[in-house]
Amino acid sequence: MMSAQTRSGPSRSPYVVGAGLGILNTLAFLTAKRGLGVTSAFESTAALAGRKVAPDLTQVNSYLKARDEAPKIDWETLLAVGLPIGSFLAARASSEPWSDDTSPQRAQRFGANGGTSLAVSFLGGALMMFGARLAKGCTSGHGITGTSQLALSSLVFTPLMFVTAGIAVRALYGRGES
Amino acid sequence: MRLLGLMTGMAFGSLLQRGKLARQDVIIDQFALRDARVVKTMGTAVAVGAAGIHALVAMGLTKKDVKPMKVGGVAGGAVLFGAGLALFGYCPGTSLAALGEGRRDAMAGVLGMLFGATAFVRLYPALVPLIDAGGDFGKLTVRRRLLERSQASNHELARGS
Repeated sequence: MMSAQTRSGPSRSPYVVGAGLGILNTLAFLTAKRGLGVTSAFESTAALAGRKVAPDLTQVNSYLKARDEAPKIDWETLLAVGLPIGSFLAARASSEPWSDDTSPQRAQRFGANGGTSLAVSFLGGALMMFGARLAKGCTSGHGITGTSQLALSSLVFTPLMFVTAGIAVRALYGRGES
Repeated sequence: MRLLGLMTGMAFGSLLQRGKLARQDVIIDQFALRDARVVKTMGTAVAVGAAGIHALVAMGLTKKDVKPMKVGGVAGGAVLFGAGLALFGYCPGTSLAALGEGRRDAMAGVLGMLFGATAFVRLYPALVPLIDAGGDFGKLTVRRRLLERSQASNHELARGS
């Protein structure tokens, strides 16, 4: 399944990378008093953009009224901006070939990077973000940061999300022996 | 603070890229139970992070940042999130990392994520009762709950049963 190409650069072991993420999360708590998380930045960006571009269409004022904190461009927003930059630099540093490969099972179901595949990605991304904001966290905010703190909400969210995704993956792509 | 966020994000992105988590096949294979890379990575991150964060809290250098346990929001959100993740093949963090690797599926999905966030903002006032449905247990951690319980039972013991 996994490509067996040997590549240069630091370890790719999940344990080494996982330890790195744990240390990074600890550093985030030390320096910013909060942990790794991705989706709250999307919510505040949507609210800020909505206020600027289409306040009536997005009814952003009733959102702002219902929220206790005003959205702003902050640590979390820049974290979401830094993420693809870091990934880009890491890929370049180890001179990995530019690749647009997708999951073989998913490509079989929706095609690889065709119109259907891109439309399903858009829909999936929208649904996922909507769910993340209902729950106030994602795989990072709940799955890693919340469970690290033994937060009850995260200990409910993470297994429930895993089971739902597992069922949906089986339903969409089958068992797909490989 | 913003520069700090940018640097944290860059480190986060490079770790996800190194860990092969910016790949759709790795994510989907995890949920199809063909490959355990995601669980191994997350499990290690939680073990190391839990030790680090709790040590910092004990030293008074930070405080916990816990999301509220609102039953409707957390349970409903988890189900929608899982379904969306299966369709997309990435989670939010890994999709941003995949964006940095130039994957087109990820670009479409990140646009979808912006759309989803906008829809959430638009519908938020109507969603509040749904999020609060089933109760709000607040920013509870299991550790604190256990402590409260043991204190309560100690108290009862002290009162002489």
